[in-house]
Amino acid sequence: MSHRPETEAELAQLVRDLPGPVSVRGGATRAGPAAGPEIRTGGLSGVVLYEPAALTLVVRAGTPLSQVEAVLAAEGQRLPFEPGDWRAVLGTEGTSTIGGVVAENASGPRRVQAGACRDSLIGVRFIDGRGDVIANGGRVMKNVTGYDLVKLMAGSRGRVGVLTELSFKVQPIAPAQATVIVDVPVGAAPAVLSAALGSPFDVTGAAWVAGQGALLRVEGLPGSVAYRSKELQNLLSALGAARIEDDAAIWTAVRDVAPLAGLPGDLWRFHLRPSQAGAVAARIGGAVMLDWGGGCLWARVPRGVDARAIAAPFDGHARRMSGTGLAPADPPEPQAVARITDGLRAAFDPRGIFSGDADADVLYP
Amino acid sequence: MEMPPPDPAILSRKDQIVAGLRAILPADAVIDDPVETRAYECDALSAYRCPPLAVVLPRSTAEVAAALRFCHEQRVPVVPRGAGTSLAGGSMPTADSVVLGVARMTSVLEVDYADRFIRVEAGRTNLSVTGAVESAGFFYAPDPSSQLACAISGNIAMNSGGAHCLKYGVTTNNLLGVTLVQMDGTVVTLGGPFTESGGLDLLGLVCGSEGQLGVVTEATLRILPKPEGARPVLIAFSANDIAGACVADIIRAGILPVAIEFMDRPCIRATEAFAQAGYPDCEALLIVEVEGSAPEIDEQIALIRQIAARHTPIEFREARSEDEARRIWLGRKAAFGAMGQINDYMCLDGTIPVSALPEVLRRIGELSREAGLEVANVFHAGDGNMHPLILYNANTPGDLERCERLGAEILKLCVEVGGCLTGEHGVGVEKRDLMRVQFRPADLEAQMRVKDVFDPRWLLNPAKVFPLDASAARRAA
Ligand SMILES: Cc1cc2nc3c(=O)[nH]c(=O)nc-3n(C[C@H](O)[C@H](O)[C@H](O)COP(=O)(O)OP(=O)(O)OC[C@H]3O[C@@H](n4cnc5c(N)ncnc54)[C@H](O)[C@@H]3O)c2cc1C
Ligand SMILES: Cc1cc2nc3c(=O)[nH]c(=O)nc-3n(C[C@H](O)[C@H](O)[C@H](O)COP(=O)(O)OP(=O)(O)OC[C@H]3O[C@@H](n4cnc5c(N)ncnc54)[C@H](O)[C@@H]3O)c2cc1C
Repeated sequence: MSHRPETEAELAQLVRDLPGPVSVRGGATRAGPAAGPEIRTGGLSGVVLYEPAALTLVVRAGTPLSQVEAVLAAEGQRLPFEPGDWRAVLGTEGTSTIGGVVAENASGPRRVQAGACRDSLIGVRFIDGRGDVIANGGRVMKNVTGYDLVKLMAGSRGRVGVLTELSFKVQPIAPAQATVIVDVPVGAAPAVLSAALGSPFDVTGAAWVAGQGALLRVEGLPGSVAYRSKELQNLLSALGAARIEDDAAIWTAVRDVAPLAGLPGDLWRFHLRPSQAGAVAARIGGAVMLDWGGGCLWARVPRGVDARAIAAPFDGHARRMSGTGLAPADPPEPQAVARITDGLRAAFDPRGIFSGDADADVLYP
Repeated sequence: MEMPPPDPAILSRKDQIVAGLRAILPADAVIDDPVETRAYECDALSAYRCPPLAVVLPRSTAEVAAALRFCHEQRVPVVPRGAGTSLAGGSMPTADSVVLGVARMTSVLEVDYADRFIRVEAGRTNLSVTGAVESAGFFYAPDPSSQLACAISGNIAMNSGGAHCLKYGVTTNNLLGVTLVQMDGTVVTLGGPFTESGGLDLLGLVCGSEGQLGVVTEATLRILPKPEGARPVLIAFSANDIAGACVADIIRAGILPVAIEFMDRPCIRATEAFAQAGYPDCEALLIVEVEGSAPEIDEQIALIRQIAARHTPIEFREARSEDEARRIWLGRKAAFGAMGQINDYMCLDGTIPVSALPEVLRRIGELSREAGLEVANVFHAGDGNMHPLILYNANTPGDLERCERLGAEILKLCVEVGGCLTGEHGVGVEKRDLMRVQFRPADLEAQMRVKDVFDPRWLLNPAKVFPLDASAARRAA
């Protein structure tokens, strides 16, 4: 059974009337088809307010990501956190919604400089499990009025409430960009990425891709980009052969995890201490890609293998993004954290309406 | 402003409570002498004061946990405290509460330049976090003007901002992890020196929760490499709305200054009299600061000059030396001190959409004339965070009340045009009773449910943030 409300009020009524658990889906480009009843957000679509001179966008949650990006691009602006298109690497179809992006706190390479999705999100409206409309944050950039439920909702994966409306701080598209490529193996990459991120040259992307090497992006005014890429090249050539490229497609590929698309095996993502990325990559073996200066490591491993166990020890978090192995998609939370998480979910959703996905690995095989 | 009456049962058990605390904490960590506890009777919102029952100053997370566990059992309210510089009454006690100060927890626990983070005890001051990493060319970005005194714990609780947050964000954008002690003594680690922990963003929820969800004892903070240089320009205009339009154009052009500060005529006049910074005679002025190497700064300033020219400024002054840069900032930095010289003042902190700037300034002018109190405006124009300063005389009976009424009207105006009550100082007790202007009952209820989860007995900083009648049932339970 699939519900597709057209308004926030209709959605609120629907939740109030629901007899039992549902799954929430935007475009279902990431979460697999729901096992039971689902709510589709596609009917809640469209831009509510866009003020380019204030760098603010308010948009309904079911709006396709591509439409959000087109509206912004028409004014020379963009979402700072650079969300990707993962359909190829996940082997899925459909249309990602901005609500799905927020519900996953999905962020791309620019996270190292502009922050994650949650850092650009300045306001939310959502329906909780009682069917109440809840607003938090707003449309201004600086706001500490009351608790920050905006952060709670970013990354909440449809398990606290259904997002209906989102406000973002957006940014101008930089007029110029360049990439310094340093030819090093993955084991040496974290040192190169850290050297660049520890320099004053304002790096907005720091990745490692097999066959290319360490990739460092700078963006900004043309003179500044020329200056900083040259300085970075000088700084990093002590660590490996360094050259400058101006092909922006390098970063579309990193954003979309394209180097790992079409390969066999399960897809895993690690969030870890950057300096541990080299050792973790070595332990895992197979195909890997680094982003966020080494703070994010992507890996393809043979089906069913527990990459989390192989990678240990490391500080951080590993999530299985595809496949149906014996290892859970997410590791269990420490007891004290789980107690709070469970308490919050019960507080917002006492009937467990948003637990449709709770026990399932919401993953494409 | 009203506070709930102290619980007589707790007041009458004072000796027993203090003895209980002494039994579990080192002798010098518990203060109950009325002369000494007076030092904790207020924060920087000094119009309101009340000495606490007792003060505890633990030296470790374990001691914090022991003190909280005891107060939890005894059902004694606890008010967490950093340096006491809150402008919202956030760390102001009640007579039946124990103040838990983290001022003795100031150590640096770990610094890692490769992974770009520092882990500190939460009582460390903001400026001394930067001090610990400066020699390696790094800094901690959020820089509230109180940074010499304020503690990281207070910054986290208030989600504090600073002059450079247009580029670097506020505390929540630079916080990687905390150790949090819940009211029942449970120690929780949230986040760490990595980007995400999976699960709900509890760290984001704790940041800005005004000491109501737990006591923060350690923090992992992102550190950044220092830019090569910085340079301010000063642009003077003949009208507020022209200055406002210029701000909008700078932002649209894709330049990302680290700061855009705005001062109106009353503010310029007062600071000139006080600091003699040599500001031009004008209705409004902007200070715009950009960063980078010298040629990069030149490139950005050339663009800003072009944009400003479209708005026929009275003057465009570019700093050609360190000394000229200092003079450009001098008046801005002296603004609050200048106001303090001529008058008592109340500093507001609402945020508005940048586009509403001219209208809001006009209406503040009208409200100010109606109330018969002068208002000077100095604020972070890039992000719409306003700091109207209402001038009053504390010795004139009724003036404080008039001033507070005008303040409430101005904050309501901020909300009406699409903004909020507070951009960086927090709600505390000061804006508590205005919360319904911004939030519907369901919105407030949702926030209070979060507190129910972290602190079911509502003992941590209970009489803050939420209108007293909204939280009454929970506090009484
Ligand atoms: C764990 C994970 C992390 C990701 N991280 C990144 C990343 O870092 N960078 C990147 O570029 N891409 C990322 N993606 C991929 C991409 O952003 C997603 O494909 C896209 O967000 C999904 O949009 P969708 O509309 O298809 O959502 P769906 O696939 O339909 O749903 C995805 C999840 O969001 C929830 N959800 C969807 N809409 C709402 C709503 N309105 N309210 C509440 N919950 C909702 C669902 O319940 C489900 O849990 C990530 C995906 C996942 C699963
Ligand atoms: C002159 C001046 C200039 C200022 N400039 C700025 C500015 O530019 N930007 C800005 O944002 N603010 C500014 N402030 C406000 C104030 O400095 C900030 O709110 C600061 O973060 C408070 O820190 P503190 O250590 O003094 O906290 P306190 O005043 O001690 O406490 C503030 C809040 O934090 C809670 N708290 C403290 N410690 C803990 C802990 N360990 N665990 C949990 N909760 C805790 C308290 O309960 C209280 O609610 C200014 C204040 C002054 C006096």
